[in-house]
Amino acid sequence: MTAMNQPFLSVESLDKTFVIHGQGGMRLEVMHDLSLTLAPGECLVLAGRSGIGKSTLLKMLHGSYRVSGGRLRLHFEDGELELADLPAQAWPALRREVVGYVSQFLRVVPRVPTVEVVMEPLLARGVDPAEARPRAEALLARLNLPERLWSLPPGTFSGGEQQRVNIARGFIAEHPLLLLDEPTASLDAANRDVVVELIREAKARGTAMLGIFHDEDVRERVADRLLPLDRHMLARASAPLTDAPEMP
Amino acid sequence: MKRPQLERPGLLEARDVTRLYGPGKGCEGIDFRLHEGEVLGIVGESGSGKSTLLRTLSGMETPDAGRVIYHSSVDRGHDGAAQDGELDLYAIGEARRRALLRMEWGLVHQNPRDGLRLGVSAGANIGERLMALGERHYGQLRAAGQDWMGRVELDPGRIDDAPQHFSGGMQQRLQIARTLVTRPRLVFMDEPTGGLDVSVQARLLDMLRTLVRELGLSVVLVTHDLAVARLLADRLMVMRRGRVVEAGLTDQILDDPQHAYTQLLVSSVLTP
Amino acid sequence: MNGYNFAYLDEQTKRMIRRGLLKAVAIPGYQVPFGGREMPMPYGWGTGGMQLTASILGQDDVLKVIDQGADDTTNAVSIRAFFERVAGVDTTTATTEADVIQTRHRIPETPLAAGQILVFQVPIPEPLRFIEPSEEETRVMHALEEYGVMHVKLYEDIARHGHIATTYAYPVKVDGRYVADPSPIPKFDNPKLHMSDALMLFGAGREKRLYAIPPHTRVESLDFEDHPFEVQEWGESCALCGARDSFLDEVITDDQGGRMFVCSDTDYCQRRQEEVA
Repeated sequence: MTAMNQPFLSVESLDKTFVIHGQGGMRLEVMHDLSLTLAPGECLVLAGRSGIGKSTLLKMLHGSYRVSGGRLRLHFEDGELELADLPAQAWPALRREVVGYVSQFLRVVPRVPTVEVVMEPLLARGVDPAEARPRAEALLARLNLPERLWSLPPGTFSGGEQQRVNIARGFIAEHPLLLLDEPTASLDAANRDVVVELIREAKARGTAMLGIFHDEDVRERVADRLLPLDRHMLARASAPLTDAPEMP
Repeated sequence: MKRPQLERPGLLEARDVTRLYGPGKGCEGIDFRLHEGEVLGIVGESGSGKSTLLRTLSGMETPDAGRVIYHSSVDRGHDGAAQDGELDLYAIGEARRRALLRMEWGLVHQNPRDGLRLGVSAGANIGERLMALGERHYGQLRAAGQDWMGRVELDPGRIDDAPQHFSGGMQQRLQIARTLVTRPRLVFMDEPTGGLDVSVQARLLDMLRTLVRELGLSVVLVTHDLAVARLLADRLMVMRRGRVVEAGLTDQILDDPQHAYTQLLVSSVLTP
Repeated sequence: MNGYNFAYLDEQTKRMIRRGLLKAVAIPGYQVPFGGREMPMPYGWGTGGMQLTASILGQDDVLKVIDQGADDTTNAVSIRAFFERVAGVDTTTATTEADVIQTRHRIPETPLAAGQILVFQVPIPEPLRFIEPSEEETRVMHALEEYGVMHVKLYEDIARHGHIATTYAYPVKVDGRYVADPSPIPKFDNPKLHMSDALMLFGAGREKRLYAIPPHTRVESLDFEDHPFEVQEWGESCALCGARDSFLDEVITDDQGGRMFVCSDTDYCQRRQEEVA
């Protein structure tokens, strides 16, 4: 087994349950007994019916959702890191250095110019703005965002334009683990191609990626493996599934 | 890849801090630790005790019980020797507490009028903390004033104007410059964007984020505005009736709130 | 003695004020509160200085009283007459002959000698008052040496006028510790406070505060490195005595724009004229 095949991320028997206090303490079990491993340079695509909450897993890996049960581990050369009970104060540094996220929606301070939105993950690591700016501009150019938009805040951009800003912001810092939440949903064919290229380059760098892609064409071009989720995701609080997870 | 350094040294700690004006009025049994370079948001509705907690943390109000501990990088004792020190804020005496406020801490009031000298020029407002630390060169004070006016997007050409002629947003930016000019390690902010027009707020938020990053500030931020908390804070503490009902990573508190009150609070926010 | 106790005040009051003065001398520049008494003249006419003078005056002392440097102005004449009447002490206009000199707004040009006491009349003893109205707060600021605001005022001067425009009541730091108001003397007189051979006492009647600068005490006028403290210069000499080193008053002589400069210290001017004659 080569070093590349050692998993960087391993997930064991992950559960997620929401308790809705406003509904009389209703328990909503949305994920049950999910396991997976992900190696550096690998792109694992989450598969399943639309609307079953595939991004729940990404949000747990990004710290936005708490883990109800199971283990989430990152494997570093000098030891592993358990994310399920990672203290809150460790997450900002982990996100800065290790776990990147391309979300469906852009959430930034209003009125900040696009190019600065894209530079921010680098600036957070202490990269000099003079170095970060050309890298941000190069990415925006590759994603065919017109140069006249770079100095404008993205708040008023179209869905597709905002998504490209988001992609540039997600890829610029070259995180070792990248979570992709439908990054191509509102893109045209040409820009989808750019995203596919970006993902392939990231693989070549050894980035481990976990993604949700609606677009079947993109999915086939980037996925090394598919992770079927239907058996583990419960959109409604129906009877929990008890069968063992099936590793792809 | 090696494990990244995730642990940062603690800077400020509340240990079972209680300050009550009456039953349920004030704050009670507060425990937390703020780390270096971290922005901690304290959110809650009015009357939740968040402002009382801020006053107690920032040395302005003695707690009824509990301790506030500050980890001073350089603790200069009376012998002048430098040492790493754990300071019990309300045991060290007023002189050292006020010296701390002057030298290592900063305070940004909700109303800039509370934090500025309205009758003296913008330059003097920015220079005051430097002068308090012993800066005695007029030219350098003026240069620092102009530099900081630029950093907070005020026209350096107005350095000799009194802030009473500034707009609310400009006054708030001046207050921030006045507070940060001495590069404090720890800054307390009480609703820094409250009372400002929405368009002015956005600009201020961006500025605060940039300054926090560039100066490596640690911040305790009190706000009732969850959108502001989302954009500025790394971690949140949710307060209700004087107690912390939930604490955690900002995104987690807002996207996956656990406590009934937090769920109510988060679901009550209007989103355009 | 025409119905009054010696020097008007009763002995208990004088003792109380002397105790305050001892404390003030022990802590140079520190403002000591005292139980001020009503004097037979309104506040603003030197009631603080008079209570100090009354408390330190002995029967053999010789008293001089000046107002803006002059022995013959209303305020000086009244106070001198008051102590002649209630204490029966000898008075003089000669700086060198006086044991106690009560003054409003000047320090004599003739250097003071060991054994002499200068008593200043002070309207507002608190140098921090302009910026901080709360007495409680200013006391804490003194206690903790939080004096940054004093330079705020000087900064404003330079920003507005290009130089430090404060010309009187120019704040000083006494013995490297307390910031004090030297009373509304011109800043020309500030250097005379430094390492003086004489004892300087300050009394504020309305505010009921007294403070002191003991002999041979360091007194620095606050300033900036690149805007150092400077005293006034006239480029003129006294029209009466020719002095170039004294504080000059501008006197308008007619309505054609005629004017002349004369010494504000009348005793100093007189003596120089006598020497020349």
